[in-house]
Amino acid sequence: MLGSQSSLVMYDEEYQRIMVLIQKLLRESNAKVIFLVDKNGQLIAATGETEHLDTTSLASLTAGNIAATGGLAKLIGEKEFSILFHEGEKDNIHISIIGGRVILVIIFDERSSLGLVRLRVKKASEELGGVFEDLVQKTVIHSEKVGSDSPFAEITDDDIDNLFN
Amino acid sequence: MSFINYASREINCKIVYYGPGLCGKTTNLQFIYNKTAQDAKGKMISLATETERTLFFDFLPLALGEIRGFKTRFHLYTVPGQVFYDASRKLILKGVDGVVFVADSQEERLDANIESLENLKDNLEEQGFQLEKLPFVIQYNKRDLPNCTSVEELRSLLNPDQVPDMEACASSGEGVFETLKAVAKLVLIDLKKGG
Repeated sequence: MLGSQSSLVMYDEEYQRIMVLIQKLLRESNAKVIFLVDKNGQLIAATGETEHLDTTSLASLTAGNIAATGGLAKLIGEKEFSILFHEGEKDNIHISIIGGRVILVIIFDERSSLGLVRLRVKKASEELGGVFEDLVQKTVIHSEKVGSDSPFAEITDDDIDNLFN
Repeated sequence: MSFINYASREINCKIVYYGPGLCGKTTNLQFIYNKTAQDAKGKMISLATETERTLFFDFLPLALGEIRGFKTRFHLYTVPGQVFYDASRKLILKGVDGVVFVADSQEERLDANIESLENLKDNLEEQGFQLEKLPFVIQYNKRDLPNCTSVEELRSLLNPDQVPDMEACASSGEGVFETLKAVAKLVLIDLKKGG
C-alpha cells in the first residue's frame, strides 16, 4: 500500500514498465485513452488518443472526483468507492483505484463495452499495483541517499529567483 | 506531496490558496492566469456556483521554467471559502506542498480571518500535516479599501510565527506575484531539504 503523504517519485525504468502495461491494456480493452493519475491530481502517464485532450485538467478533475466520492463513502461508512463509471452519449469514463493511491482512468466508446473494460482492468490493476509497490521500495532506498546525489540538494537562491524572471 | 518524475524530468508541486469567503483567492488565480504567457499556463478550471462562488475548487497549472534540468510545474488550487463547504475544503488539502493564506483586510472580516486560519490548522492536522512545518505565507489582501485593519494588528493576530507575509490588492494584481514567488520559493527550499 502506498502511503498517501509520501512524495511520489517516478524513475525511467518503472515509467517504461507502466507504459508497456497501459498500452497493452489500451489494445486489449479497445479503449480510446488511458491515463494514470496520482490521488493528489498529478498526471503520471497517458496513452492513446491524447492529442486533443487537456490531460492536466483531466488529471486534476479526476483526483477531485475521487476525493469527493471518497468523502461520500466515508459518510456512509465505506472505506472508498474503488470503481466509478460515467456514461456519456458517445464516450464513457471508467475510473478505478490501484494500490490505494493511484487512479486508473479509461475513456472508451462503442468499440468497447463496460464488461470488457472491467475484465481487463482487473488483471492490469494487479500488474500495475506491482510496479507501484516496486516504485515505493525504490523511493525509500533513494530517499535515504538524499543529500548525496539528489539533483535538488544544490538548488540555489539564484536558481529559484531565475524562475520568476 | 510533490511528484518528482525522473522519466520526463519534471517536478510537480501543489499550492493551495486558503482563506475566508470572498477574501480574493479566486481573484489571485485569475490575475496570475491573465498575466502569464500562453505557453507557461494550462487551462484555468473553476468549479463555481451560478453566482460565481467557488463550489469545489479553482485549478491553474503553471510551468515556471527549468531548475537543474527539471521542468518545474506548480498546480495552484483554491478552496471554497464559505464556512459550510468544509468537507470539500479538507479534500483540496490532500497532498499539499505549500499554503497561501489570503486574509481579508477589512475590519468586519477580522473574525472570519481568524476562524478560517483555525479551520486551516484543524483540516491540515486531519490530513496529518502541521501548518508550522509546511511552506506557508500570508497575504493581507484588499489593502486598497478604506476600512482596513492595520497590517500590524493583522500580523499580531494572524502571523505569530512570523512567516513571510505581504500586502496585496488582488483585483489590481499588486502583491499577487510576490505572494506566489514567496510560497514557491519555500516549496523549492523544502524540496532541497528532501521534504
